[in-house]
Amino acid sequence: MAKNNPQMTITPSVSNLPVKLPVAANKHDHARNPGTELNLDWIDNLQVNLSAVERRTSSLLGRRTVKKDWQAAWLLKALSCIDLTTLSGDDTPGRVKRLCAKARSPLRHDLVEALGIESLNLTTGAVCVYHEMVPTAVKALEGANIPVAAVAAGFPHGLSPMKQRLAEIRASVSEGAKEIDIVITRGHVLTGNWKALYEEVKAFREACGDAHLKSILATGELATMRNVAKASMVAMMAGSDFIKTSTGKESVNANLDVSMVMARMIREYLDQTGFKVGYKPAGGISTAKSVMGFQFLMKEELGAEWLQPDLFRVGASSLLADIERQLEHFVTGRYSANNRHPVG
Amino acid sequence: MTAKTKVAEIFETMEYGPAPESDATAKDWLAQHHNKFGHFINGKWVVPAKGKWFATKNPATGETLAKILTGTKADVNAAVKAARAAQKKWQALEGFERAKYLYALARLIQKNSRLLAVVESMDNGKPIRETRDLDVNLAARHFYHHAGWAQLLDKEFQGYEAHGVVGQVIPWNFPFLMMAWKIAPALAAGNTVVLKPAEFTPLSAILFAELCEEAGLPHGVVNIVQGDGSTGAEIVKHPDIEKIAFTGSTEVGRIIRTATAGSGKALTLELGGKSPTIVFENADLDSAVEGVVDGIWLNQGEVCCAGSRLLLQEGIAEKMIAKLKARMKNMRVGQPLDKAIDMGAIVSEEQWSKIDGLVKRGVKEGATLVQPGKDSCPKDGCFYPPTMLTDVQPAATVAQEEIFGPVVSVLTFRTPEEAVLLANNTRYGLAASIWSENVNLALDIAPKLKAGVVWINSTNMFDAACGFGGYRESGFGREGGREGMYAYLKPKFIKSLPAYKESKTKQSAAKHVPAAIENLANIDRTAKLYIGGKQARPDGNYSLSVTGKNGKLIGQVGEGNRKDIRNAVEAAKKAEGWSKSAHHLRAQILYYIAENLSARKDEFRKRLIEMTDATPAAAAKEVDESIRRLFTYAAWADKYDGDVHTPPARLVAVAMKESVGILGLVCPDEAPLLGFVSLFAPAMAMGNRAVIIPSEKYPLSATDFYQVFDTSDVPAGVVNIVTGDRAALTKTLAEHDEVDGIWYFGSDTSGSKLVEASSVGNLKRTWVNNGKQRDWLDRDQSEGEEFLRHATEIKNIWVPYGE
Repeated sequence: MAKNNPQMTITPSVSNLPVKLPVAANKHDHARNPGTELNLDWIDNLQVNLSAVERRTSSLLGRRTVKKDWQAAWLLKALSCIDLTTLSGDDTPGRVKRLCAKARSPLRHDLVEALGIESLNLTTGAVCVYHEMVPTAVKALEGANIPVAAVAAGFPHGLSPMKQRLAEIRASVSEGAKEIDIVITRGHVLTGNWKALYEEVKAFREACGDAHLKSILATGELATMRNVAKASMVAMMAGSDFIKTSTGKESVNANLDVSMVMARMIREYLDQTGFKVGYKPAGGISTAKSVMGFQFLMKEELGAEWLQPDLFRVGASSLLADIERQLEHFVTGRYSANNRHPVG
Repeated sequence: MTAKTKVAEIFETMEYGPAPESDATAKDWLAQHHNKFGHFINGKWVVPAKGKWFATKNPATGETLAKILTGTKADVNAAVKAARAAQKKWQALEGFERAKYLYALARLIQKNSRLLAVVESMDNGKPIRETRDLDVNLAARHFYHHAGWAQLLDKEFQGYEAHGVVGQVIPWNFPFLMMAWKIAPALAAGNTVVLKPAEFTPLSAILFAELCEEAGLPHGVVNIVQGDGSTGAEIVKHPDIEKIAFTGSTEVGRIIRTATAGSGKALTLELGGKSPTIVFENADLDSAVEGVVDGIWLNQGEVCCAGSRLLLQEGIAEKMIAKLKARMKNMRVGQPLDKAIDMGAIVSEEQWSKIDGLVKRGVKEGATLVQPGKDSCPKDGCFYPPTMLTDVQPAATVAQEEIFGPVVSVLTFRTPEEAVLLANNTRYGLAASIWSENVNLALDIAPKLKAGVVWINSTNMFDAACGFGGYRESGFGREGGREGMYAYLKPKFIKSLPAYKESKTKQSAAKHVPAAIENLANIDRTAKLYIGGKQARPDGNYSLSVTGKNGKLIGQVGEGNRKDIRNAVEAAKKAEGWSKSAHHLRAQILYYIAENLSARKDEFRKRLIEMTDATPAAAAKEVDESIRRLFTYAAWADKYDGDVHTPPARLVAVAMKESVGILGLVCPDEAPLLGFVSLFAPAMAMGNRAVIIPSEKYPLSATDFYQVFDTSDVPAGVVNIVTGDRAALTKTLAEHDEVDGIWYFGSDTSGSKLVEASSVGNLKRTWVNNGKQRDWLDRDQSEGEEFLRHATEIKNIWVPYGE
């Protein structure tokens, strides 16, 4: 299949890597993906069989489950990977402050105590907002060690002038955003213009500087899994730190099938280059049960390292509330209700 | 600081914990029966105070689940008697009535699905995930599907009826599913059943019998007799059973074929396999890895159609093996009732030892062993880790013998052609899986594989609407779909056919010694044999006399011997192109044969009059009917098409009708011309190459046909004719391992037994007359669909789609 670039180091397979301790979301204990040259041979040779991918994901949910203490721990881990998000036209500083407060303190104190996890100082993975809200969020999260992520580059359509898209990224970074969630030009994928896609994402990466680049592929608009695979690979070659499924605004959001394909591309990229790229499903993940499906997929396809917030994030808003309810159920044995948990 | 809570610990390790399915209900059920079960005969439970009992164990824990009664001859007799008593009434029910019972059973299976899944998992050791998601669901679907066939039977199988009492012996690897595959079609067709579960896994059949009680199934329609091989043998040899259906090892399949030979019992066998998974360099390799997981690590590899040989194109072999090694490490082997494991326990210690022995032998013969490591299996219980053997050569034992365990042998190939060669380099022919993103390549390879089921970019998919069954030594007959229903039906006219008279004296054929032939034309015309499109002198260089109606010598034919059969089969083998030829071409040639026969009508008519005691009118009728029959099969040649099934998934399953291959055809004495035509024409039409033994007594109509073949563009080797001693030639032909099937319509009453008994070497398909005489002029009996069905194999090619 793909040809090795002689400059790249080949690492052993990922599955037997030791489990890493949790790290704060903005700390990375792996080398940042610098990207590679655009290698069209890799792209041309990528193969994805949709039906086989679907069979794997549907069987995966039957093959893996976690119960009791394990389920509680896995849900806490999911919580720590949430990019708590508000991306609405009616966002205000007040709304964002409320969200940041929730990100700092995502779980009721009595539940934290009952679970015996005070020492984890659990927070969400990040807070994700539009550019205008970045200063508010940065201020609200001061001292909390929670990065602010800003969507940028003409989010959600990605079709504003390139100059403006780059300026938007720089503006957010200068306001204190540590992560930038950009959208790609879907047209480059649909027309097979991999060079244009590569250059676009590469320019975004340069604009990011030290901020981490999360590339949204908007998979619901890429038509085929083969396109998803190729776009994933190009985005990684161009230096993405994360690849992300959706803006939340497409008609089809993150699902396990698309995640299977993107996770396998991350593994392929790791095998070829030695660099670890993170994964962020986003949009429509609103239940504890569904987020565990994504976690199983990460662990099975990429290893437990990809359960940690430096390599796995979930873009969500209402998911947190469901996790809180499930954790309360674990603690009390009674099914919980939304009104018992502070809103974000 | 206090010690970390469990939750906090798991938060760091992110391990999977235990996720046990409760066995409480199953244990209650066992306890209600005092952990002791007998047979289910005539709607009653037979649990005698005295008897021979054996223990059924949970292989994951070693715990004894229940004591089971071993069925004796008397038990089998009682069950057969009950089935016999119930059969007529069951068959006489309107299809709708039988459909309602089958529908009720489907519903009951669904309603009790969790208990069935748990019991099955405990008894067999397979993961609850599989019994829950696969076995029980597919079993319910099988009953739904066959409720439909019961409903449609009268319309869709006109002229067919149930065999009567059916004996069924099933294996331990999919106990409940195999029982459903056996019982549902049998009942839909109007048969009653005596079924013996495997001794390792008797429990789910007992639960099923309880569901039969709940459904109010008439007593005696389903009878379950428990026991070991000796009980099975009593069923197989029971004189009042009309049909045997067996799923299990090829070894036992052979024993059953031998035991039933000449008994008149119908037989279907679903046996072992060494199925290939072929991965081409343009495959989605990550998906192909999962294909291997589904192919060889489903049910601990204890699957007849397991993808136990992995054929990798050389360019991607290394990469694929690396991916598999990584994937194997993620396989979780453990308690079958844990919902988050991939593989459970091996069914028994014997099976474990067999697997381990073969793996050790593989290593000894040069293979490299890959297993995920020491901690990959629980220490207690009967567990075997997922295993891969690389560097396996085709000559290695592990490349040829069925292991029936979680062991995949990896071989490499260079070209598509070589992939086909390696894939078919086996005595088996059950299933195959092809991985390639090039649909042109995949659909080119699929028809070339000797396998009853081919999965493209997928593996181990099953559906009640799609026939399942093998080629070669993987057995014969299909389960599921329309083709599966035929396994439980027979033509209605069979029962009223007259029997051949047993004759002590040989029908004819003394070695020829010089004598005057009356009315001999000026130039001697002694037919040789017809082999490879040419007349060939018989190996033994003797001729046989053919005498006419008044004992007059009317001609001679060559005396063929075993070497001539060998040569004929060689010629047929070389004519492989015929099996791939366009159906239109086959039709053209059959029309051409008819045309040339028509031109020589008079000669063939005269020959019949001279040779047999046919009246001129009867002889003319036989010739005319022969021409007509050729037209029938020319017509069918491009119309007996396959089906496209649509199982409940995004895919099509193409049921292709393929030629059986090389067919031996043993012709009747009566209707020496029409009988001969009636056999070779459908065989040719469906693309088979034939080796024909004509009537021993009246061979000249067949030998006269040489010139018809010669002038009709029949490719060399498609039709081969060997005259001579029918019994001796038939035996050689039936024993020949290159021959794929044999039809016996000879007039010897012992011929059917001879053919069936001689066929065990390669388990070729046999179709015999059981000493009964068809009326070759009666088109309902002697032409059409039944002949075409025996001239074809159905291969189901599963083609998922979607981009």
